[in-house]
Amino acid sequence: MAERRFMTINMGPQHPATHGVLRLLLELDGEVIVKATPHIGYLHRGVEKLSESLTYSQALTLTDRLDYTSALSNNLAYCLAVEKLLDIEVPKRAQYLRVMFAELQRIAAHLLWLATHALDIGAMTVLFYAFRERETVLEILELVTGARLTPSFIRIGGLAQDIPETFLPRVREFVQEFPRRIDEYETLLTDNIIWKKRTENIAPLSAADCISYGVTGPVLRASGVYYDVRKAYPYSSYEDFDFEVPLGTRGDVYDRYLVRLKEMRQSNRIISQVLEKLPEGPIANFAATQFVPPPKGDVTRDIAALIRHFKLISEGFRPPVGEVYASIESSKGELGFYIVSDGSPKPLRLRIRPPSFLNLGALPRMIEGQMVADVIAAIGSIDIVLGEIDR
Amino acid sequence: MDRCLAGDLLKGKFPEAVEKIEYFRGDTAITIRREFLREVLCFLKDKESLNYEMLVDLTGVDFFPADPRFMLVYLLHSMKLNKRLLIKVWIGEGDTAESVSDIFRAAEWLEREVFDMFGIKFKHHPDLRRILLSDEFSGYPLRKDFPLEGHDFAKPFSVLLEEER
Repeated sequence: MAERRFMTINMGPQHPATHGVLRLLLELDGEVIVKATPHIGYLHRGVEKLSESLTYSQALTLTDRLDYTSALSNNLAYCLAVEKLLDIEVPKRAQYLRVMFAELQRIAAHLLWLATHALDIGAMTVLFYAFRERETVLEILELVTGARLTPSFIRIGGLAQDIPETFLPRVREFVQEFPRRIDEYETLLTDNIIWKKRTENIAPLSAADCISYGVTGPVLRASGVYYDVRKAYPYSSYEDFDFEVPLGTRGDVYDRYLVRLKEMRQSNRIISQVLEKLPEGPIANFAATQFVPPPKGDVTRDIAALIRHFKLISEGFRPPVGEVYASIESSKGELGFYIVSDGSPKPLRLRIRPPSFLNLGALPRMIEGQMVADVIAAIGSIDIVLGEIDR
Repeated sequence: MDRCLAGDLLKGKFPEAVEKIEYFRGDTAITIRREFLREVLCFLKDKESLNYEMLVDLTGVDFFPADPRFMLVYLLHSMKLNKRLLIKVWIGEGDTAESVSDIFRAAEWLEREVFDMFGIKFKHHPDLRRILLSDEFSGYPLRKDFPLEGHDFAKPFSVLLEEER
């Protein structure tokens, strides 16, 4: 009897389809994967350690650099955790705008995913369509925040500043146009026979496996589990908006694709509701003078405001002793921040619960027994961002 | 504050395991004794009325120079109750924790990260290696006595040739 031999190959860390620096060690029996071992950490910058040496408002800028495809969502999750620790309310206008930013960011992140995922599998055209709309969204976000990738715009207690007048008309225009654009993507892929052959029944994950591996986000919902942090633990007034949580049935690559496309439609729906309901009012809780710096206009006129601003920015504030966990539904899944405070201006421990980290943990389970060519489709379908995994 | 069902049931089932139940900002955190950890997590997961089946997060906290020094935090979510629960255990330096990776597969990577960052070992873990840092790295960065800039900040990078490995 011939000896059974496996071939071991390295995929990555420099590989265009691993979406960053992910290295997979694949043990192959011909073209079938026997064992897959992901190696991560190539992008580790020690964000959690660094944030222990920064004040709460300084650590905010580090969150931009986690999931760099949806920085505003990261800002939001972090601010929610700190606000929960401080026990301060955020005005309605700021909450609604936060929802709008988070959903615009979700659309941008999903479009980037759609473009690259389709490109990985070989459908190049989609990239040009999806990047056109992503560009529009990024321009809209740049209009408000002044940055495309690292906005740090959502601040503890509210927002950095109010929106400019030109912002809402631009969003309105986009929201009206976008559903038709999603239809365009769908004509390219949804019934495309090649796309279906590359994605249907590829890298499936059962609902029970998803839960056991701690998988969240579209991957979990594609397996038919109804869990969305926006519905389960509503934050930032998500309960005021009407939207559905799209679910899949088979939990394969195709279902994950369908779920994300439907999610973009729902995000669009939420944004149009924010446009209708957006109240007037302050954009931060300026009454919480202990924690929130005064409005910029006051700082230039009022000496007391200037001093307070200076003290808050240079020294930081002292939160109560305690520990909190707050999370949001980011475009990848449940993004959580766990903060332990000892009452000093710097967190004793700031733990980031990255969705991509746990979702990637289930990758070996998805691809073992599958063909090596499908690894690319599987990685694309989890939508990983290494900045968030390695922190 | 509404009482926590899990806390009451745990107290009934393992009276000597529960050390403390805290409520803070709407969340419940239960501190339990370390030797009961696996039993408690299994109970929370399998009990019909609770069903805490998802390990959302597992992390460590270093309270240096307190004794015991570390705290392990298990964050559970129940799809059925739509509730979160924090389970905390204290663990001293050099102590070994029991792995829960056979109860929750998510723990496999999360425990590796805790080991990587805090140097806490987990018994019966199938593959306890560093996960984010390289295998050659020495020290555990998230410990409070590990300097922020690292031990070798001032040293130039050494060049390791393939034949010298």
